[in-house]
Parts: sequence; structure tokens; C-alpha cells
Amino acid sequence: MGQSHVKEFTKGIFKENPTFIIMLGLCPTLGVTTQVVNAIGMGAGVLFVLLFSNIFISLLKNIIPSSVRIPSYIVIIASFVTIVELVMHAFAPSIFEALGVYLPLIVVNCIILGRAEAFANKNTVIDSILDALGMGIGFTLALLLIAALREGLGAGTWTLFAIGSFDGVVEIPILNQYPLRIMTLAAGALLLMGFLKAFFNWKTARNKG
Amino acid sequence: MSYIAILITYIFINNFIFTQFLGLCPFIGVSKNSESAIGMGIAVTFVMGLASLITYLVYHFLLVPLQLQYLQTLSFILVIAALVQFVEMIIQKNSPALYQALGIFLPLITTNCAVLGIAIINITQGYNLMESFVAGIAGGLGFTLAIILMSNLREKLDLSPVRKAFKGVPIAFVSGGLMALAFMAFDKALLTNLLG
Repeated sequence: MGQSHVKEFTKGIFKENPTFIIMLGLCPTLGVTTQVVNAIGMGAGVLFVLLFSNIFISLLKNIIPSSVRIPSYIVIIASFVTIVELVMHAFAPSIFEALGVYLPLIVVNCIILGRAEAFANKNTVIDSILDALGMGIGFTLALLLIAALREGLGAGTWTLFAIGSFDGVVEIPILNQYPLRIMTLAAGALLLMGFLKAFFNWKTARNKG
Repeated sequence: MSYIAILITYIFINNFIFTQFLGLCPFIGVSKNSESAIGMGIAVTFVMGLASLITYLVYHFLLVPLQLQYLQTLSFILVIAALVQFVEMIIQKNSPALYQALGIFLPLITTNCAVLGIAIINITQGYNLMESFVAGIAGGLGFTLAIILMSNLREKLDLSPVRKAFKGVPIAFVSGGLMALAFMAFDKALLTNLLG
């Protein structure tokens, strides 16, 4: 694997992180991050849709006429979102319920259409796969960070998957006795996002200077 | 639910921006000055009302009889994309002045979560045709209210000394959060107090 391939993969995770740097796809980012497990579900859904829509769009890039490319991309993306909806409804009903309206809204997640338009319709399949994986993982990590902060500070717990006798809820001592309830509410999400974005701005400026 | 209750619910209590984060991208992106905020708000309200009507008809008269409910997401987004294109063409032909004002916002509305969001919420809440339409308009008005408040705030913020790292988007989020805090005063109890 050459240097450029590695770069296609890593750019989505750090330098062009879709959530913190480019700031796309914000509705689900704040809407589902009340629990860590929802962030994992949403991240996995977006990663799947992004990966397959990037693959198909880069394969079909010479066939789709450019005047109808956006509607075509939307059909491809919506098909994969429907697959994710049906699979999640069947195998992870509790996450399906928790994600609610945000799951079908993956269709209008700007990250996916943005990558299709900006990357997949110009590049090879391999590069598009790497780009999708990088962007998808970057998005998932950003969701995990926000969810860990919001649920940790707001409820003093981290809700993960229930495995065997473990009910999936990690209690954080001290915080679970004195939780900052606002973090789990809508206002806390917006405040936290503002502070995180400011932190990343500060960090980028310091790295440059 | 009465129409007035739906209006109050979607403008204040379940405001799309401040409680559900639907339409957050244009809320942050287009709120830099109040003129474009008003334009975006009107365009979104118009499309949300129309989209609520049409997606209701598509769902109940096309998808349900054919038992194709699982195609809901796919068909709704196509209907909305076509609708936005159609509205754009009509406005361009009949009212060049309005097109000048709203033209640049219309293509952005296809990918506005609020439009697809209200279509799906109407179906899950089981609203009838008229209730869906009112919910769509109310959702749009709630969005307009939020984006106008935000743009006025940001015009003031431009003149205030804000730390470098917070300039622009971060301070917009923080002020949005404080506004959402104020909007928490509107809750379900308000509705029972007002309408009994």
C-alpha cells in the first residue's frame, strides 16, 4: 500500500474529520449521543452506508450522466439506508427504537452525499473504499467522544452492549452521584459541541503556529 | 390533537432546532446575517408544508395499498428532491424577484434534515392530512424563529470581543445552547395550562 493510499484513509480520522473540522452531518451527531451505545449504532450505520454508496458510485461514475448525478446518488444512498433500517429493526430492535427518526435521516447526512460528490465520483474504487472507511471511522470516533462526555457527565454512566450477566451499564463513581443533568439535554449538547469545536480550533492554530 | 396544540408543540415545545437538532447545518451555516436567515426560514417553511402534504398522500395512497411501507425513506427523499426542483422552477418562472431572494437556498433544502424529518414524524405520529400540513408549517415556523433569533445574535457577536478559538462557529453553538436552555421553559405542561 502506497503513501497516498494511507493518506486517503487517515485524512478522514484526523485532518478532515467530518464532525469537528468540516462540520457536516451535525443533526444525528447531537441527536443520538445521549448514550454511548446509540453512538456506536449510528456510527456503524453511517459507516456501512458510506462504504457501499462510495463503492457503487465510484463503480458507476462513468455510466451516470452528470446532469442527473445528484438524484442518482440519493437513490443509491437511500437504498443502503433502507437496508440498514431493516437489518437493525430485525437484529438490534432496542437501538432501532433509540435512534428513531435519526436512522432514516442518514439519507440526508451531508457527509455521505458530500463524499460521493467530492470524492467517489472522481476516484478509483480502492481509494473510495479507503476514503469511506476513514471518514466513517472519523465520524464514529467523534460520536463516541461526544457520547462518552455527555453520558458520562450527564448521567455518570456509560451504556454499552449487554453481554451475559453484564447489563451493559458502566457506572462512573462520584459522577453518578452528582450528575450534570444538562449534558444529556439538548442545551448541553449544543454547549458541549461549541466547547469541543473551540478546543479543536485552538489545537489546530497551535499546531500551525 | 387540535391544530393550535400542534402549532404550539412544533414551534416552541418540540422546536426542531433546539430540542431535536433537525436542520442544524443551515442553522449554523446560513445564520450569519438576518436577511438570508429570513429567506432560508421562509423557503424551509414553504417546502416543509408542501412536503408534509405530498408525502402523506404518497404514503397513504401509494405505499400502504401496495404494502411497500419499507420503501418509505427512499420514496420520501425522491418526492422531496423532485418537489424542491419543481418549486424552484415555478418560482423562477413566475416571480424572478422571489427567486433572487430564495434561489440559492432552495437546492440546500433537499438535504435539510428538517424536511425529511417532519415527513417521517407525521407518519409515526399518525397525523391525518390536515394535521400533517399544520405540523409541517409549524415545524418550519419554529425553524424560522430559531434561525432569525440566531442571526440577530450573531450580528451582535461580530462586534463583541470573542476569544480567537471561539470566533465564528463555536460561539454560535454556545449561544445556541443558551437559547435552547431558555426554550426548555416551554414544556408539555404549558400545553395543558393553555388548552386544558
